[in-house]
Formats: sequence, C-alpha cells, structure tokens
Amino acid sequence: MSKNEVKKSTGSNILSGLLRNQICIPLAALLLLALFNLIMDPTFFRISLGHNSLGNPVLTGFLITILDNGSELAILAIGMTLVTAASGGQDISVGAATAIAGSVLLRVLCGGNSRPETLQAPIIVAFLVSCVVAMLFGAFNGALVAYFKIQPMIATLILYTAGRSIAAWINNNELPIVSDRTFTYFGSFIPGIPIPTPFFIAVVCIIIITLVMKFTNLKLYVQSVGINDSSSRLNGLNPELIKVLSFVILGLCVAVVGLIKVSRISSINYSVIAKDIEMDAILAVALGGNALSGGKFNMAASVLGAYVIQFLTQTLYKYKVPSDALPAYKAIVVILLVVISAPTVREFVSGQWKKLKVKEVG
Amino acid sequence: MKKKLLSAVLSTAMVAALITGCGSNANTQTSAPADTTAPADTTAPADTTAPADNTGAEAEAEAPSGDLIKVGIINNDPNESGYRTANDNDLKATFTAENGYDASFAYSLKNAEQIEAAQKFIQDEVDYLLLSAADVSGWDSVLQDAQDAGIRVILFDRTIDADESLYEASIVSDMAQEGQTAVDWLAGQGLDEYNIIHLQGVMGSAAQIGRSGALDDMVDANDNWNIVNQQTAEWNAETAQQIVQSVIDSGEEFNVIYAENDDMAKGAVAALDNANISHGVGGDVIIMGFDCNSWALQELLDQNWNYDGQCNPFQSAYIDDIIQTIENGGTIDEKTIIMVEKGFDAETITADDVANYGI
Repeated sequence: MSKNEVKKSTGSNILSGLLRNQICIPLAALLLLALFNLIMDPTFFRISLGHNSLGNPVLTGFLITILDNGSELAILAIGMTLVTAASGGQDISVGAATAIAGSVLLRVLCGGNSRPETLQAPIIVAFLVSCVVAMLFGAFNGALVAYFKIQPMIATLILYTAGRSIAAWINNNELPIVSDRTFTYFGSFIPGIPIPTPFFIAVVCIIIITLVMKFTNLKLYVQSVGINDSSSRLNGLNPELIKVLSFVILGLCVAVVGLIKVSRISSINYSVIAKDIEMDAILAVALGGNALSGGKFNMAASVLGAYVIQFLTQTLYKYKVPSDALPAYKAIVVILLVVISAPTVREFVSGQWKKLKVKEVG
Repeated sequence: MKKKLLSAVLSTAMVAALITGCGSNANTQTSAPADTTAPADTTAPADTTAPADNTGAEAEAEAPSGDLIKVGIINNDPNESGYRTANDNDLKATFTAENGYDASFAYSLKNAEQIEAAQKFIQDEVDYLLLSAADVSGWDSVLQDAQDAGIRVILFDRTIDADESLYEASIVSDMAQEGQTAVDWLAGQGLDEYNIIHLQGVMGSAAQIGRSGALDDMVDANDNWNIVNQQTAEWNAETAQQIVQSVIDSGEEFNVIYAENDDMAKGAVAALDNANISHGVGGDVIIMGFDCNSWALQELLDQNWNYDGQCNPFQSAYIDDIIQTIENGGTIDEKTIIMVEKGFDAETITADDVANYGI
C-alpha cells in the first residue's frame, strides 16, 4: 500500500518523511478505497443538491453520507485515542455509555413523561446534564484503571455489561419520543444548511481538541504517562490524574455522540443504540497507526481513520455485502493494517527502501 | 489521600448504582394483589387446591365466586423489550382479585432462576403455573414435580422441549404466519412491480426467520417481485437508515420497504424524508413494519406508513379461557394454541385500534 504511495512522488526526503509519518496509513487506506470505488463505479462520488421533505436544501450522495455517519465515530476516536495513549488500554464501554448519555438526555427533555407535547427543559440544559453524567461514568472507569490498576478492558467491562440496563432504568424502561422538531437538527440538517449537522459537530470537536493540545500540555503529559508512568511521576506529573482525565474527556465525547444518536431518531432503543461502536472506535485508533499499547499518538490520523472505517462500511453497503458479514470484512482490514503498522514490518520496509536507495545512488 | 478517598467514594456510589440498576432485572419478586387469607375463611380452603387433582367439576361448580384461583406466573424480565412490558402489564391486568385470581409473579431471563421460582411455586401449592421459559430445555423434572403435586402448567409465548403430557396448553405466536399475513396484504396492493428493500432483524432469531420466509418465497415465485436490497439492520433504526440511504445514493428504484420491526421502518422513513421521497398512503414508497408499537400505529393513523403486523403480547385472555374451561370441567382439545395476529392497514386503522393494540 505505502509503496505505491512512495513511487508516485519524487523527492526522496519527502518520501521517507511521509512513510515515517503515521498519517500515511489511514491516508493510504482511504486512497485505496477511493480508487476501488472509482474503478468499480464512479457514480459513487456523485453529490447532488436536493430538497428534503420539509423543502430544505440538502446535499446527498455517498460522500455526504460518509461525512454524516462517520462523525460520531470521529468524535469517539478523539477520546479513545487519549485513553489508549494514557492507559495503554481501551474503553469498551463507550456504546453502553452512549446509551446512558442518550437516556439521561431524553429523561431531562421529557421530564419523565414519555410522550411530551413540548420539551420540558431546554436542549442545552439536558445536554449539559448528560455531559456531567457521562463524565462521571468516565471518571468511574478512569478511577478503576488509574487507582485500582485494573486492566482498562476489564475495568470498562463492568459498564459494558451493565450500561444498557442502567440506561433503561433511567427512563423506567419507557421509550420516550421527542416530537419537537428543533431536536432533530443535531442528527440531520439545520434548515437552510445543506451539510449534515453531525459533520459540523465533529469539526467543532476536532477544533477544540486541536486548540487544547496546542495551548496546554495535555498531549505531552498523556504521551509521557503512556510511555512510562513511573518516570513521569519522577518528573512531577500525576499519572493517575492524567489517566482519569483522559477517561473524563472520552466521557464528554460520549455525551456528544449520545446527543447525535438520539437526535437522529428522536428516540432511543437501549439495546441497539450505538451497538458495537466501541470496536469501530478502537479500530479507528489502530487504523490511525497509534500503538494500542499506549504512548505516542497522532490525533489527526485517528480521526481520519474513523472516516476511513465509515468509507469502508458505506462501500460494503453499496456493493450489498450482507450487513451481518460486515464485521468479517472489517476484521480483514484490521488484520492487514495492524500487520502493516507493526514495527517489525515497518522496519523491514524501510530497510528495503534504504537498500533500494543505495543501489540507485551507486 | 483526599483524592483517593474521593475516588473510593465515587466508585462505591457507582457500584451501588449498578447494583440497583441490575437488581430489578433478576429479582424474583412476588406480589400478592389481594389478601389471600380473607376469602379462604369463607369456605373450605380445600376447594382452592381441589381442581388440581380432580378432573370432575362438581366441587368447583359449587365453589363460591369469592374463592381465588392461585396462579404462579413465571415470565421473562419486563425490561427486555416493549413486547415484554406489554405482555407483563396484560397479565397483571387479567390475573387480579376482581377476576378471581391470586397471582404471584417471578421474573428472570435465566432458566435456572426460573426453575427455582417454579419449585417455590410448587411448594406454595399454586393451582396453575404459567410459564414463559427463558430456555427450551431443562424443564422436564420440575414440570413432573408440578404434575405430581397436581399443579396444572400452561405455557405462554414460548414453547419448551418437554413431553406434551406435562402441560395443559401452549399459547404461542406463529411468526411465519405473521410474515404470510404481511406478504398477502402486500400482494393485495396490486402493484405492477414490487421493488423491495428488505430490512431483516438479527439473523437466526425466530421473528426474523418467520418474517423473512414468506417474503423470500413470494419473490422466488413471482417475476415482478424483486429484492432491491436485502440486509440485516439488526433491529436497529440507524443501521436501517444507512442501508436505505445507500440504496437512495446509488439511484436504484424501489417502491416497498419491508422492515421486520417498527424501529427499522422508522429509520428507513428518516432516510426517505431526507431525500424527499414520499411514503405512506398515496406516496411513492409503501412502508411496512411489525410489532405494533403505539407510536408506529400512530404513524399508520397519520398515513405515513402503510402496514404494521402484530406480534400479539396479549396472551392472558387465552390463558384465562383455558383456566375457566378446566375449572368448569371442560377439556382442552388443542395443546398448541396459535394466537390470532392482526395486520393493520393505514387506510382502515382507527384511533381505537391504536389504543387497543399498541404496545
């Protein structure tokens, strides 16, 4: 994959730089998928401006659908990257936590009545409450991991198992339906703007995390804790706090995703909302070339990875791969990418590349 | 130190929340809607247990109406789904003291816990044991115990692998019939061509197999019935929306969406709305769903959808009938009773239907 990339360009310095930059992994995957679709059916890239049933202008096309549905994953990938980097493990409870966040949101919006005529609270208040709850659950996971030194996957298994029951319990197992139209804007379109709102929300999240990483030491601290937490402690950091913080940030991401997911259908189904999304989020991190054992990370690569996964999913839908076979296809891609990004393979490739260069020179 | 304390307190609180969250799921709770002792005083208490052994009806015929029939009901967790919640509410509404019953309820999604509850009910000497088993196997010995104790067993909603002589009757849904009713309705629409997006449930579930089967047969048998896309959306509205969106994006023609539950139909409709494709009565695309959630029937009433197939959770009337028949000395001819399940058409549905059949 990366070899093709390399041959196209000319400057060998840029080449080896690009090869070393981990963003080339999701980029190569994206190009490969795009190329496949271009050859198989160029109409895949067609975007048309139409109107939805309310008469508002909307853009449609596969690419727009990818931007739309990939956004939740991109937002989760931000938090998951930080958790992975700081703790060297993954949070597998994000799907269940999304159910809880969505349930809390609806509970506040509907005020205990499952079919309210009007909203019982402003959307922003409901959203803030769900943020607080999701961050508390994040802190719970983080505390288990940081202070009790439990393996992240095991620690989050608790919430993974119990989360959907908790979500159902919050709303007395009723399925509230929001009839207010403004609530649907978060998961579809704002009237007059033809680009899906989830994409804007994802962009805002990306901008915020970029600014945070630029103007604070978050990235440095997270990476140093992930690489070696005892030496970062000796340097005056508090590794436990950083780990908990990374889980809390993931909690915030979960709340945002909960808002989008619930808004999409104006309701909730506890057992299927955001089902298996944790696996896709972890996959996005891996696809971004980030070490799943923690340490250094590249946020842009993770976010790109998330959209690549959605690109892959959409491609598989287009070619009518039965959706129960989707995980199998994704698994094949994961295996390929993990193998490619494995240090031994990369060393081998760059070694071969050096030999080639020596021959050219000589 | 302070932080450690804080985290300990926090996590304890969370664990407590978890326990309360799960607690309601797997508990065996019994509730006595009426004071059981009061009516027993009026006549010989022996009468209440008598019908168990005694097929002759003389004793019961004379039994005063104040005498309560003791039933033990073992059901799956009502939080499992909207269907189960409706099912549980229906049972609770029927087996009341006013209707002559003294009912105790036990809930679990685990077979072993259900068997334990059954043993407890046998010790309590209930007259009837009503059972919706979590698992098909493992019931032989406990049902044998029930029979030896003269307790009659009635299965509802789910069948089990046990000898037919161990229970009086089994009241179930026929998923294949639900599919057939829906497909027959669709055939009755008389379209020139049927281009169908088929959204399936979780593959291998009884509802999916039954509801897919009838449609698959019809498509195989008729040239003007085509499947545009057949995929499982796993009962999930969002996945359904994505699948339908991808068909719209690729520009293929379709005029029917056959979704195997209401959630998926809802997701499909969201995709159609975004693309400004009309649906429902008089629209370009026929929308079909299953399960009869009340919000879905409301969509029918609003003419946004065309059809909704029922999966009947209201077994209590059938059970009540059987118990009354036995109590009055009658016999049950059919061991397996298949419930009548309706299909609602948007053109004929009434507000009363929404109130009566919505779950």
